[in-house]
Amino acid sequence: MIKLVAAQIAKGYNAKPVLQDCSFSFDEIGTYALMGPNGCGKSTFLRICALLEDPDGGGVEFYSGRDRLEKNIELMRKITIVLPRVGAFNASVFKNVAYGLQIRKMNHERIAEQVDRMLEAVGLAHKKDQNALTLSSGETQRLGIARAMVIEPEILFLDEPTASIDEENAGIVEGIILNLKREARTTIIITTHDRDQAARIADRVLMMHDGRIELQK
Amino acid sequence: MNLLIDGFKSAFFLILHLNPELWNIILLSLMVSGTALAAATILGLPLGAVIGLKRFRGKSIFISAMNTFMGLPPVVVGLFVYLLLSRSGPLGFMGLLYTPSAMIIAQTVLAFPIVAALCHSAVVHVDPIIRQAAATLGATPCQVTIKVIREARYGILSAIITAFGRVMAEVGAILIVGGNIAGYTRVMTTTIALETDKGNFELALALGVILLVISLVINAILHIVQRKGMMEAGR
Repeated sequence: MIKLVAAQIAKGYNAKPVLQDCSFSFDEIGTYALMGPNGCGKSTFLRICALLEDPDGGGVEFYSGRDRLEKNIELMRKITIVLPRVGAFNASVFKNVAYGLQIRKMNHERIAEQVDRMLEAVGLAHKKDQNALTLSSGETQRLGIARAMVIEPEILFLDEPTASIDEENAGIVEGIILNLKREARTTIIITTHDRDQAARIADRVLMMHDGRIELQK
Repeated sequence: MNLLIDGFKSAFFLILHLNPELWNIILLSLMVSGTALAAATILGLPLGAVIGLKRFRGKSIFISAMNTFMGLPPVVVGLFVYLLLSRSGPLGFMGLLYTPSAMIIAQTVLAFPIVAALCHSAVVHVDPIIRQAAATLGATPCQVTIKVIREARYGILSAIITAFGRVMAEVGAILIVGGNIAGYTRVMTTTIALETDKGNFELALALGVILLVISLVINAILHIVQRKGMMEAGR
């Protein structure tokens, strides 16, 4: 497994600090929920951990056992993030989910098999030939999760995956996360402002307060 | 009026009877413009995409220059290519002047900034979230660029079709560098200009009709492509 260590991360926008001395070690496989009010820096922290943004101070390191991993394409292919705006490609649902496997040069039969299995898991199998841009927001969120899960990442970051979707779709997304959690192969780090949701799906709840992280349970 | 009607009658006769001279001229026109378009696309598409996706010093100046070159006067391009390829020019040793290759070079110079500038525009209009999504799924920078190009496909296709329309209708540059040699460098537009001068309106009108049909087909394809792109973007 890959261990993620965030150490003394600082980040600000327009001279306003958002994160200060923010540290945490994600050193066990499990589901971590990062909570806090809107604007507290949860998403910023997640984006920095997913290597989408650079911090102003401190840093993020990844370890395999005791070995520190280089931040290269090899590592980038072991972690992934689902953003609140999924960014569906102008292609079929199938091709969207297959993308991550195609760029890894997997053979066609295996891609078809894995994508079909994943679409079944997120309840989009009946829409596999439909253009992804025609999906509802809830379905698009499920597509984003399927697209990320199919590449079997070791760390999966989910940034407010249920914030902008209806209750029914939110329930489906939670189910997907719980199924993934049961498989116990992926470290899931999810931001949410829903305390009940955090309690339902997370092994550990982290609270973001004044730009710092505190472990709650 | 009778002259025009007679001209059209003869023109349709030439077209319907598959006049070999007419067909040679049409095929050469399509070959020259098609090859120039392929070369302009091979050069212009990656350049437009790279300018759209990368940050570098002087980028805005580069974009302004590219947009300015879109409106290059064909005779100026013809003159420029002529000077390059003429016996005393830097590329004179290649002996390309008054050959179809010289015409292809001139049309490539004309089409290249159109393809590059319009491809750039198509690429910058792709939502930045697409780039980020591809990168988060493990795409290399090259794979991200290819993904963005795929997302911009309708805009890119429009750019290529627009450039094709421009080079097919162009006369000034190819007349200067091709020399309008019968059976060798004579294409539709230069033949129309020559035959009109000679008062031989049948062939000129026949080619004019064909050029109009080609232009109509190009515009119809462009319209369909743009509509399809707009429909998908609006979903």
